[in-house]
Amino acid sequence: MLKYIDEFRNPDLVKSVVSEIHREFSGNSIKLMEVCGGHTITIFKYGIQKLLPDDIHLISGPGCPVCVTDIGYIDKVIALAHIENVIIASFGDMIRVPGSRSSLQKEKGCGIDIRICYSPMDAVHIAEKNQDKEIVFLGIGFETTAPAVAASVTFATDNGINNYSVLSAHKTMPQAMKVLLDSGEIDINGFICPGHVSAITGVHIYDFITNEYRIPCVISGFEPLDMLESILMILRQLNTGNATVENQYLRSVRENGNIHAAKLMMEVFEPVDTEWRGIGTIPGSGLGIRQKYRSFDANWKFNIEIEPAREYTGCICGDIMRGVKTPTDCGLFAKICHPEDPKGSCMVSDEGTCATWYKYSTRD
Amino acid sequence: MKSNDHITLAHGSGGLQTHRLIRELFLEYFGNEFLNPLEDGAILQTNSDKLVFTTDSHVVKPLFYPGGDIGKLAISGTVNDLAVCGAIPRWISCGMIIEEGFAISDLEKIVISMKQTADLADVQIVTGDTKVVEKGNADGIYINTAGIGTLIEGVDLGTHQIRIGDSVIINGYIGDHGAAIIQAREEFPVSFEIDSDCRPLNKETIALLSKLDGIRIMRDPTRGGVATTLNEFVSGKMFGIQINENHLPIRPVVQGLCEPLGFDPLNLANEGKILIIIDPNEAQGALEILRSFPEDVHSSTIGQVVAEPAGKVILKTSIGSSRIIDMLSGEMLPRIC
Repeated sequence: MLKYIDEFRNPDLVKSVVSEIHREFSGNSIKLMEVCGGHTITIFKYGIQKLLPDDIHLISGPGCPVCVTDIGYIDKVIALAHIENVIIASFGDMIRVPGSRSSLQKEKGCGIDIRICYSPMDAVHIAEKNQDKEIVFLGIGFETTAPAVAASVTFATDNGINNYSVLSAHKTMPQAMKVLLDSGEIDINGFICPGHVSAITGVHIYDFITNEYRIPCVISGFEPLDMLESILMILRQLNTGNATVENQYLRSVRENGNIHAAKLMMEVFEPVDTEWRGIGTIPGSGLGIRQKYRSFDANWKFNIEIEPAREYTGCICGDIMRGVKTPTDCGLFAKICHPEDPKGSCMVSDEGTCATWYKYSTRD
Repeated sequence: MKSNDHITLAHGSGGLQTHRLIRELFLEYFGNEFLNPLEDGAILQTNSDKLVFTTDSHVVKPLFYPGGDIGKLAISGTVNDLAVCGAIPRWISCGMIIEEGFAISDLEKIVISMKQTADLADVQIVTGDTKVVEKGNADGIYINTAGIGTLIEGVDLGTHQIRIGDSVIINGYIGDHGAAIIQAREEFPVSFEIDSDCRPLNKETIALLSKLDGIRIMRDPTRGGVATTLNEFVSGKMFGIQINENHLPIRPVVQGLCEPLGFDPLNLANEGKILIIIDPNEAQGALEILRSFPEDVHSSTIGQVVAEPAGKVILKTSIGSSRIIDMLSGEMLPRIC
């Protein structure tokens, strides 16, 4: 039906890869972690886990951009939104994320101006059309979204659009994977690495995982066959005692990534220490706006002070994002925390582990 | 009434301008023996024991979209609510709340659309009301329509009729209306052409009910889409519904819109679709009746009623696994990447 997609959902091919997985599986219980919200969705949307041997456990790491965004960031956005003449522009699923006291969605009902954008350039166009207002774009996401946000900043620079700024909470993936491994909280036997992030960064950002930790890494696409093939590739590495970075997503990921996009990203952003919701501060894992583009940095432009942030009592989003616990371990899950009224960030985005479990798996 | 005029507060004052608006626009198009006397109410007569009564308020943005407009929607929505209850839709009321400054030419387009849709559905607009609110206090125009229909004799539809093994049928492509609205709002940089499926469905429902005995329940999957309606069927019941992803009629263009935005076509609104649960022995007959209507040639059996898991809707995925289909929760928001 859909060119370039249907071939990766072909039931006959799926069947043959699944039986190959069952043949290759040694029988020893293993945990495979994906660190991309898109992968979480595919696993649940297509029921991938149910096709696998019972002892292959798929766990979700901190790969959902909305979920890992620090609660203090949301509080800051809400404070910004209440400044006169400020329009907040954001990707859609950010608006439901609960901060310490409220969410953008609740505040929208109180009259703040928030616009949903599909691309950061939409926000720049809003700025062009509303020159008497200040437009603040919420820059969240990993290496996948950061280049597009960087492009919006250089476009605004080149075109003298001075009423546009970005509140950056961008993050980069490898450091978070290292923190997880170093914590020793969880034994991971293989990583299903994020396809879109790798399309920008190239394949070598995971070299330290195979070299230092001897854990197989396979960069995967997002269709069911992509993910099943990636799982099979990890099993084969485990069976042969190898630990290398393999690229299953050859149709999108080049060895050196998208050099142009990566360069643009580093032109506008620089590595900074950043707070991950549920994990804490990870040195050098964030992307802050460089001095050169300071006038587009909403942090610099508005200098907002907020009260210390506080998480909802009982929320275990942090443990879930580290792969240590699953949603059903949480006392709030599906009881008082559900997509209509999320208490933690994992219940917000369609890519969040709790939201995905809530939506797609069988609940009592 | 000049078509380059705009609605003013005076049009809602109840005085001269209101009467001019009613006579020169509404009666011009809607006029019939019930409405023409302009009494406070319409006196209706029926030979049926059982009446079906429904109401629906219509707020859609934009007011005009590919394949429809708020007028067509206001008639179709109420007609379809009556139709899926097993009624022959007869009479409709029309309450309009109009924002000051609204172009009379646009109002005329809406009124003409309502009249054409009412004729198509064989219903009469028999009473109405017009209010005008100050600029900024409404979004162009809101329309409430209530409808009365006469229940087809012997018809008793409802979830209490559903049996395990029953078939689930839909009369064509899923999600066209929702996709058309997304396109018309121009919020996303997508370009494709899709018309809303908005239209009255009473000819189909009457044909089905007059020829078949095995129809258990019918419902129009509007807001919240097919996923929400299927969940309404099974909620709290001792049976579930299993649908087969490979059998869902979804246009490639709608699927293609949903993929990048992270939407599920099963959550998109429909305004010209009926979900029918029917005795499996009559499913083929129902498909033949439906497919005799040109708009319904893509009617399909999409699933069946199952014993387990009770109270849930399960999708058999295209790759042979399964997952739960839940109701739409909150508004649909595009995901990040």
